[in-house]
Amino acid sequence: MTKHANNIAQPPRRRQSWWALVWRQFRRNRLALAGLGLMLVLFFVALAAPFLAGERPIYVRMEGRAYWFPNLKTYPELRYFDFANWHPAQGEYILRTPVPHAPERSNLRDRLAPPSRMHLLGTDDRGRDVLSRMIWGTRISMSVGFVAVGIALVIGIVLGSVAGFYGGLPDLIIQRIVEVVMCFPTFVLILSLIAFLPPSIYNIMVVIGLVAWTDSARLLRGEFLRLRESDFAIAARASGLTDRRIMFRHLLPNGVSPVLVSATFGVASAILTESALSFLGFGVPPPTPSWGELLSQSQRYVDRAWWLVMFPGLAIFLTVTAFNLVGEGLRDAMDPRLRQ
Amino acid sequence: MKAYLIRRLMLIVPTFLGISLITFLVVQLAPGSPVYMKLRQAEGGMAAGAESAQIIEQTKKLYGLDKPIHIRYVIWLGKLARLDFGDSYKDQRPVITKIKETLPVTLQIEVIVIFLIYLISIPLGVYSATHQYSLGDRVTTLILFILYSLPSFWVAMLLMLFFGGGRFLSWFPVNGLNSFGAENLAWGPWLLDRLWHLVLPVICLTYGGLAGLSRYARAGMMEVIRQDYIRTARAYGFSEKTVIWKYALRNSLIPIVTLLATLLPALIAGSFIIESIFSIPGMGRLGFEAILSRDYPLIMGILSISAFLTLLGLLLSDILYAVVDPRIKLR
Repeated sequence: MTKHANNIAQPPRRRQSWWALVWRQFRRNRLALAGLGLMLVLFFVALAAPFLAGERPIYVRMEGRAYWFPNLKTYPELRYFDFANWHPAQGEYILRTPVPHAPERSNLRDRLAPPSRMHLLGTDDRGRDVLSRMIWGTRISMSVGFVAVGIALVIGIVLGSVAGFYGGLPDLIIQRIVEVVMCFPTFVLILSLIAFLPPSIYNIMVVIGLVAWTDSARLLRGEFLRLRESDFAIAARASGLTDRRIMFRHLLPNGVSPVLVSATFGVASAILTESALSFLGFGVPPPTPSWGELLSQSQRYVDRAWWLVMFPGLAIFLTVTAFNLVGEGLRDAMDPRLRQ
Repeated sequence: MKAYLIRRLMLIVPTFLGISLITFLVVQLAPGSPVYMKLRQAEGGMAAGAESAQIIEQTKKLYGLDKPIHIRYVIWLGKLARLDFGDSYKDQRPVITKIKETLPVTLQIEVIVIFLIYLISIPLGVYSATHQYSLGDRVTTLILFILYSLPSFWVAMLLMLFFGGGRFLSWFPVNGLNSFGAENLAWGPWLLDRLWHLVLPVICLTYGGLAGLSRYARAGMMEVIRQDYIRTARAYGFSEKTVIWKYALRNSLIPIVTLLATLLPALIAGSFIIESIFSIPGMGRLGFEAILSRDYPLIMGILSISAFLTLLGLLLSDILYAVVDPRIKLR
C-alpha cells in the first residue's frame, strides 16, 4: 500500500484499508511521528527496565559457574549476594546493567548527591539513584496510563453505545450520569476516593478509570446516533441480527475513531493524574519508584537539589507530550476534511 | 427564552441528586470511611459484653447507622439543602464556616485567572487564525502545545527553583497571600503586596487553561472566517480590522464562552495542588489538608460545594450561550 504514497495523482489500484489511509496521513505529520517515536522509546524503557537498571547483572561468571540473567531469575544461592560490591577476579566476568543501581537501594552517605559519573542524575533524599528510579518509574506510569484508560474505555464504550443505539430513557439516564460525573472536579474526586482506599497501584488504576470514561461515552453516543440511521445499520437490522451484534460488530468499528483519539489523550491525562497523586503523597506506596514521588521530594529540597526538580518533571512532561502529539496526529489523520 | 430557561433549570434537579448521591456513597461505602473506622475501634478495643454492645449502638446512632441506607441518604439530602455538612473533625467548627472563610480567597484567584485566560487567549487565537501557517502561527501553536502538556505542579516547582529563592533568583514570595505584618499597610501598598504574592500561583493556574482555550479560539475563528457572510462583509469593503474584530470575532466567541464550564472544575482541581504548594489559605488547601487528615465532613462539604460551583458554571454558560446565539432558543 505504501508504494502508492509517491504518486498520489494516480488512483490506487487496490482499495486501501482505512488504517493504511490513516497511517499514510499520519506519516506526513513530523511532530506526530516524533511523538510516536518517543512513545516507542518509553515502551521499550518500561519493558526493558530490568536490563537497563538494577544491581543484579545480566550475566555473571563466578567461581567457575555461569549464571544467565540473574536480573530476571532468582538463583537460590545468589538471593542475598551483594553484586554492587563484588568485583570479578581472574577468569570471572560480570555484565552489569547500564545503570548498576537498584531503584530501592538507599545509601544514606550519598543523600542528595548532585549528578556525577557514579549517579548520572544524582540521588534522592535517601541516597537512591534517581536515574534508576526513573527507569523503573516508567513502568508505573505506563501501566497506570494504559490500564486506567482500558477500564475507562470499557465503561465508556458500553454506556455510550447503549445510549446512542437505544435513545429514549436509557439515553436520558446515561446522559445524566455523564453530566454528574463531569460536574465533579475530576482530580478532586479521584483524590478523595484514593484517600479512602488502601494505597495500591491497582486502586489508582481503577479509580482513574471509573472517573475518566465520560469523554468516550459522549463521543461514542454521538457516533451511534449518526450511524444507526445509516443504510448499513438498517440492512443489518433487516437481516435479523441481534442488537448486540449490530452495535459491536457493525456500528462500533465505524464509530470508534474519535474514541481512539480521546483514549490517546486519556493515557496522557491518566499518567499526569498518577504523577500528581504521587506528588501529593497519595500515589503508589513506597518504596515503589514513581516520577511523581521523586518530584514530591523536591518540594523539601528545592533550594538544594535542582536535579530532583528537573529530571522527573521532564520525564512526566515528555511522556504527556508524546501521547498528546500522537493523539493530535491521529485526530488529524482520521479527519476526512484534512485529507490530502 | 423563558421556556428554555425553565427546561434548563429543571434538568439541574436530577444532576443535583446525582452529585449528592455520589458524595454520599463515597463516604458511606468506602472501606476506609470514618463510620467504619469508628465502628471497628468500638468493636476491637472494647471488652466483650453488654457494655461494648452499648457503645457500638451509640456510635451507630451518632452516625445514623441504625437506619437503613435509603433513609440515611434522605437525611443527608436534607442536611445538604440546609448546607449543614456537620463539624470538622479537626477543630469541631462547622464545615460551612470553614468553607465560607476560605472560598473567597480561591474565588479571588480564580476570577483573576479566568480573566487573564480570556484576555490573552482570544487575541492569540485570532492572530493564529488570521495568520494561519505563518511563522508566528507555528511558533504560537508549538508554545501553546508545550504549555498544554506541562504538569502544573512541575511548573510550580520550576518557578520556585528559578524565581522563588530556590537556587537562582529570589524575585517572588512563595508563601501565603501577604507579607508578615501587611495588615498595617495602607490599601495601596497592601494591594501591591497581595499581587506580588499572587504572581507565581496565578501563572501556574493560568497557563494550562490559556493553552487549551487559545486552541479553541483559533479553531473557532478559522471556521468562522471561511463563512459566506465574512466574504460578504469583505465585499462590502469593510476594513479587515472591522471584518475580523467585529463580524468574525463575535461568532467565534460562542464556543469559547461555553468552555467556561469546563474551565471551572479544572481550576478548582488545580487550586488543590497549587494552593498547597504556595501555602495559600484557600479552599483548595483546606480540601487538601482535609484529605490528608481524613477529615470526612470537610471533604464531603468541599466536594459538594465544588461540584455545585461547577454546576452553576455549566448553567451560566448554557444561558450565555442562549443569549449570544439566538438559534439555541428554538430547540
